[in-house]
Amino acid sequence: MAGGEDGRGEARRRARGELEGEVLAALWAAGGPVPATVVQEQVPDAAYTTLLTILTRLGDKGMVTRQRAGRSYVYAPVDDQAGHAAAGMHSLLDEGGDRAAVLARFVSDLSSDDERLLEQLLHGDHPDRG
Amino acid sequence: MFWPVPMYLPLLVSAVLALVAPWVGRRMPPRAGAWAMVCAAVVAAGTWATELAILAFTAVGQVPLVAEQGPWSVRALAAEDPVSRKTAAVCAGVVLLVVVSLTAASWRRGRALVDAWRECRHIAAGGDLAVVDDPVPAAFAVLGMPGRVVVSSGMLRLLDGPERHALLAHERAHLRHRHHLFSLVLHLTAAVDPLLRPLERAGAFAVERWADEEAGAVTGDRRLVARAIARAALASGRPKQAALSATGGPVPRRVQALLAPPLRRPDMMVAAFVVLMLACCASLAVTAHDTERLFEAAMHAHTTAARLHTR
Repeated sequence: MAGGEDGRGEARRRARGELEGEVLAALWAAGGPVPATVVQEQVPDAAYTTLLTILTRLGDKGMVTRQRAGRSYVYAPVDDQAGHAAAGMHSLLDEGGDRAAVLARFVSDLSSDDERLLEQLLHGDHPDRG
Repeated sequence: MFWPVPMYLPLLVSAVLALVAPWVGRRMPPRAGAWAMVCAAVVAAGTWATELAILAFTAVGQVPLVAEQGPWSVRALAAEDPVSRKTAAVCAGVVLLVVVSLTAASWRRGRALVDAWRECRHIAAGGDLAVVDDPVPAAFAVLGMPGRVVVSSGMLRLLDGPERHALLAHERAHLRHRHHLFSLVLHLTAAVDPLLRPLERAGAFAVERWADEEAGAVTGDRRLVARAIARAALASGRPKQAALSATGGPVPRRVQALLAPPLRRPDMMVAAFVVLMLACCASLAVTAHDTERLFEAAMHAHTTAARLHTR
């Protein structure tokens, strides 16, 4: 059925978009230029060739740079030199009220009691962490 | 002939629904709870506003200019009307306030949504993710076509691989299930009926929990999600006397809920929601019917009087 195929196509497109997001996140988390194998450790679901395709696509969009390092390539995310994006993000986050309410934030602000409680929960869960 | 008590019953039932819904909704699994609370909010706010409008109209109908449009007899209406004119005038005032409050709230929320979308449109995105190069840990989802997850590089460096995966799964759940619409509807219903403010807060919390549980399902590890939330919140460290933190801290409650076994759907609670919502609709239908009869009687009185006059 056409509807079913459309649904699958949509799901595939979304999965590809999500994978691209994961790769970008891993590159930013690395904090410096890394080879594709390091990215693959962080995104274990993706095949190596898929990963290279995604890295190339991100390069075409100008979001990732590729440099030669010895016999292979290392990849690094392109940062926003002017800091426009960061300024925009802060203006969204710092204003309270409706502007803050429409952002589905991962975590909201903590009170000092919350902080103590969280520390306890975190250490109770995994004593080796934190 | 027309009893005053049933005329106020819908207001009472909608108030009961507004007060009971957050209490019951909090004890349900987040997805079912969020749906139940949004439905309850719409029914309660709709009943409240419609009933006020009906009560107000019994007085408005007594204005001669309006009565001519029927036409109905002003004297017959005034004689049979179970609602005192003063009460009806107060209701008319409240209806006006509701309209103003709803318009203002829609305008503010709409502008905030457009502003957020405009601000984030310029950030280059890889797939559904836009990264902002900033050391302050931050992560949120913005509505759009398509929606987008915005995360700061500080947040990405703070979390390890699996925790990052949990974070992205949480924000994607917000986008996939259109959680912005849930919070918009909850906010607007609370603007219509201030009694629904606790329900707005409970609903917003249920939506966060829903995204947490979905992240738990995607990663297959609820403890991992709890850890990611706790570490992100502690590192975000933006100490603020926000209104939210005064109500008992949503972040620790989310973490605790993820560390505890998942809730099972209690059918009793779903039944409580359904019964209360049906009671709202039924009581509203009864008043609407009573009011219709009231006006029909006044119309009848008008035609009888006109016939007598022409004879």
